[in-house]
Amino acid sequence: MDIPRYWRLKDQRYRLQGTVCSSCGHYSFPPRIVCPRCKSKALRPYEFSGKGKVFSFTVVYQTIERYQDKVPYIVALIDLEEGPRLTAQLTDVDAGDVQIGMPVEMVVRKYYEENTDGPIFYGYKFRPAIPF
Amino acid sequence: MKKVAIIGIGQVPVREHWDQSIKALAVQALFHALEDANRDEIDGLYVGNMLSGRLSEQEHLGALIAEQAGFPGIEAVKIEAACASGAAAFRQAVLAVASGRKKCVAALGVEKLTELSGWHASDGLAMAADADFETSLGLTFVALNAMVMRRFIFEHNVKRELFAAFPMLAHRNARYNPNAMFQHEISLNQYQQAKMIADPINLLDSSPIADGAAALIVVPWDDVRDQHSAVEVLACEVATDYVALHDRTNLLHLAGVEQSTKSALKTAGLSHRDISFFELHDAFSIMSVLSLEAAGFLSAEEALKKVQEGYFDIGGTLPIATMGGLKGRGHPVGATGLYQIVEAVLQLRGKAPTPLQVAEPRFAMTQNIGGTGATVVTSILKGQM
Repeated sequence: MDIPRYWRLKDQRYRLQGTVCSSCGHYSFPPRIVCPRCKSKALRPYEFSGKGKVFSFTVVYQTIERYQDKVPYIVALIDLEEGPRLTAQLTDVDAGDVQIGMPVEMVVRKYYEENTDGPIFYGYKFRPAIPF
Repeated sequence: MKKVAIIGIGQVPVREHWDQSIKALAVQALFHALEDANRDEIDGLYVGNMLSGRLSEQEHLGALIAEQAGFPGIEAVKIEAACASGAAAFRQAVLAVASGRKKCVAALGVEKLTELSGWHASDGLAMAADADFETSLGLTFVALNAMVMRRFIFEHNVKRELFAAFPMLAHRNARYNPNAMFQHEISLNQYQQAKMIADPINLLDSSPIADGAAALIVVPWDDVRDQHSAVEVLACEVATDYVALHDRTNLLHLAGVEQSTKSALKTAGLSHRDISFFELHDAFSIMSVLSLEAAGFLSAEEALKKVQEGYFDIGGTLPIATMGGLKGRGHPVGATGLYQIVEAVLQLRGKAPTPLQVAEPRFAMTQNIGGTGATVVTSILKGQM
């Protein structure tokens, strides 16, 4: 069971909460304990916009146990508009349509289920940005 | 610090050893090394292993292997640094002897990846990445390397097929190494037809899941009895980098490789030109290219070009993966770093299988990488020929 980790990560998985450094203004996601740029420990929570661009991606055909029934799926490195890069699955898009540089936005979707009668885990994924 | 020598090497063939326990593999490799060193006793044992807890439900390998091998009571610990566990254990053995605290120690790498079937090994290997922000979101170890390779292909605008030369070279060399997992060559056509694991990495870009064990006996140079077969350890340097790929400033630069290589060359007092051959960490084709660049041998684009021209073959300018590398010999993760050093010692002694023997090698560099580059151990060895 993955409950403590899931609870601990709820601010990240639902709201993309990272940190911003009070000393040098550097943004981090995932949140950090020490600023990777200036080594300050004065970090505040910061909620990211969820807008970004695909930096790289792959289509996964062989995977770990939790995602056995999900293949093939797409995972990507995404550059958020505030600066940090994160790792996430892409959703609502066909693998053939994904391109490096493509604008994407965060949504909350299902990750995996713990057995058939266990909890369902949700969190951030990214989909192609819907233009206004 | 004392001058340090390797006086004994041992290995078991890299295979799917369904009929042998992790204990049995480890003890065999250790006995081979002791026999080669012509010694009966050790006073320290440093065991490199990544996944015995996850796959064999067995931790505490230091004490366990020591007593199974007939040395209950000695100092013995397990060292873990993902796929770099083996060379990290070697580092501890070298420090123990160099400091003068130990007289004769063993560095031993052992891994049994086929103990559980199917996805268990993938689950285990993924533990080298960030559990909260990579693995639990569906990232595999292959997927991480695949994102690096796709970005490389994008930035350098090169064809994927160019990478095939690395696994083809590894298989060519492995054919003559009786301890290698694979004893056959592969063709460009086979590479092009191989099934995708995580696009653009296919099966033939990937080193195989395997079982194995390798060991070294390490003593102070002053205690060496047979000068001809002894190999001097000039350097063994560890560097680290961010574990998660998304935290690296430059995805295509292996900062840990650069730092570890620079430190090792400085400690040894050598330059790149002095290195006779390079046992690199070719877990995936892309890692060979990025390692050669970050280690400072030549740019990634040059590496991709020159591999097609035989630059890295046994008779080439800088032979790599001389006994098959991770791709051809196999990658029993926690043992890999010690297979690399065992193979380098064979080369420096002039005892490599004839078609694989590098001509008059003087200095060997071995490099063992954990995860996608977060732990890097670079060693430089000197032969006595």
